[in-house]
Amino acid sequence: MSPQVTTLDAATAGGFLLVLSVVVPVVGVLLAFATGGRQVERIALMIMPMGLAIAASIAVAKLETGGPLAYLLGGWAPPLGVALRADGPSVVMISITAVVICAIGVFARADFRTPAASVEARAPFAFWILLLAIWGALNMVFLGGDLFTLYVALELLTFSAVPLVSLDGRSETLQAALRYLLFALLGSVLYLAGTVLLYGSYGTLDTVLLAGQVRAEPPTLVAIALMTVGLLAKTALFPLHLWLPPAHAGAPAAASAVLSGLVVKGSFFLVIRLWFDVMPGLTGYTGAQLLAAMGAAAILFGSVVALRQERLKLLVAYSTVAQIGYLFLMFPLAFSPVTGQLQSGGALAGGILQAISHASAKAAMFMSAGSIYATLGHDRIVGLGGLGRVLPLSVLAFALGGVALIGLPPSGAYLAKELLLQAAVETQQWWWAIVVQAGGVFTSSYLVLVLAHALVPAEAPKMPVRVPRVADAAALALALCSLLLGLFPWEAYLSVPHGRPAKTIDFGSLADALWPILVGGVLAILLGRWGTRLARVPCGKGVAAIRRSAFILGSMLERVDDIAGQWTAACLSLLVLVVLFGAAMLAGR
Amino acid sequence: MSTAIVFGLCAAGAAGLGLYGLIADPHPLRKILAFNVLGTGVFLLFGVVARRGAVPGLGADPIPLALVITGMVVAFSATAVAIALLLQLFQATGAATLRADASADAGTDPADT
Repeated sequence: MSPQVTTLDAATAGGFLLVLSVVVPVVGVLLAFATGGRQVERIALMIMPMGLAIAASIAVAKLETGGPLAYLLGGWAPPLGVALRADGPSVVMISITAVVICAIGVFARADFRTPAASVEARAPFAFWILLLAIWGALNMVFLGGDLFTLYVALELLTFSAVPLVSLDGRSETLQAALRYLLFALLGSVLYLAGTVLLYGSYGTLDTVLLAGQVRAEPPTLVAIALMTVGLLAKTALFPLHLWLPPAHAGAPAAASAVLSGLVVKGSFFLVIRLWFDVMPGLTGYTGAQLLAAMGAAAILFGSVVALRQERLKLLVAYSTVAQIGYLFLMFPLAFSPVTGQLQSGGALAGGILQAISHASAKAAMFMSAGSIYATLGHDRIVGLGGLGRVLPLSVLAFALGGVALIGLPPSGAYLAKELLLQAAVETQQWWWAIVVQAGGVFTSSYLVLVLAHALVPAEAPKMPVRVPRVADAAALALALCSLLLGLFPWEAYLSVPHGRPAKTIDFGSLADALWPILVGGVLAILLGRWGTRLARVPCGKGVAAIRRSAFILGSMLERVDDIAGQWTAACLSLLVLVVLFGAAMLAGR
Repeated sequence: MSTAIVFGLCAAGAAGLGLYGLIADPHPLRKILAFNVLGTGVFLLFGVVARRGAVPGLGADPIPLALVITGMVVAFSATAVAIALLLQLFQATGAATLRADASADAGTDPADT
């Protein structure tokens, strides 16, 4: 750990920027709430460039300082005071949050414009305020240096995210929002119970002070188990994902984009904080393996169930379940058997890169799915025929977002995959390398499924509504951003090794990149829904038998996912996971 | 048995009851109440920690008490949001249930219904 972190009583230059990044969105919330009416949208759109500029200045200040940025609220040093700290990963997360929020703001102008006839409409009023609130809460999550401050930030995030689900007031979305809220509350109570146990043991909740003091004692290990599982419930890692698909698929497009792209990353980031910064030596080998095993299960179940969906938005929502699983693969890869600790090395950089690639790409995919829904009046995958001709920009944004997530060079996901594979080789854990590759293959399978439906020639579908160009442009810009993330010089922020994989596109790397798409295409044919389209294709008896067994396998996995999605089953698996994590850490100490 | 242990056991009991209610009770309003019982258990734990960490001359360590007040505000707001959602759900459907079969899942197309 660098010396700047351990000196607690010093605020660094540029520290006030950290305060601004939280305060500016919150001021926007208050102003918008007070003025109301048509001003809400104007205020939100005014705050966005400011927030973007603040995020950029934090990134520059971090470059100049070299070490982490810090600010002590009120000049009080921890343990009495509360510090805001920005290390490399937090700066990266703050920057991507600003970019994605601004793109969503541009996209949402069409959907959430106050109608000309009325003074104030409920949905736009709520949307813009909640969007700013999510921004402030996320920045607080990325900067908070104290576990209790982080708890409050996490709760703010949840309270701003839940109403976004039910903006249109339909009964299904209200139900989805309530389920989301109740499950998230269960998670946050577990987190709070963990913080009180830690305070009881060490008398401080400051992350840096705790990192220097924690010992492998039963109360501490129970606390980590409680906090980890509480955060996993909010991140919707399989099998705790019951709330995510209905909530993300039912919300309006702009809201889905922010929920799926950004909100789940908040609690994910706290898991990283806890495991890498606060107690890297306590979680142990078994705990990290358990976390990644859940991730692998999420990839399998999320992807297969995504392929079986009839509706585009639900497909994208289930693919989020799978992608969240992918994010957790880095934990065992960061575990160094020599020190017995989680190391903030290439694996962590890979995980963070994957998180920001997913944030931008998935937001773009939800936005284009929303444009498709708005234009066609439905989003049934089988009925997407001819879409490529009438909505080329939306389909292009969707495709580029998907391509970025598969990990084709030079996307951020490509760099992330290379880093994770490299870490798998270094730590000799070949099984996670297989899962990392499988994640890319599954991602390409649902992209192939959707594009195959959207690009087949068909008579042009009826289009009741036209989506403005600028909305499509915002989605396209985000997808391109995700696709080009790998070119950015990350060395200053993340520990990406200098000799990172060459980015030149030659035939060898192209072949490397193409085989996942081919395998993904086969998977899409085997497991996806095709309506009557494939029935006409003549195939041999053997192929038909394979398709039938794949179909049975798919429906079995969907059945298991249904059971895991029951409230009681999800809560019980939550409790079982607390016991498992606790036992794994107790055994490994 | 010291006061801290008695209150610690009470906290565990309240948390256990709340957890059971949150998991097993099908009615959302009771789930919200159970969440509050569960939260009370955790807050009581803050009190126990404050008492155990007291320095001579003070009844309790003030920091956990400050934290627990914030925690209560958060739990109160959570309850308010949950009740507001529940009321809206009741107004929209005439029933307050979380079961997906009561009204079709969020996947239904508004154009179809």
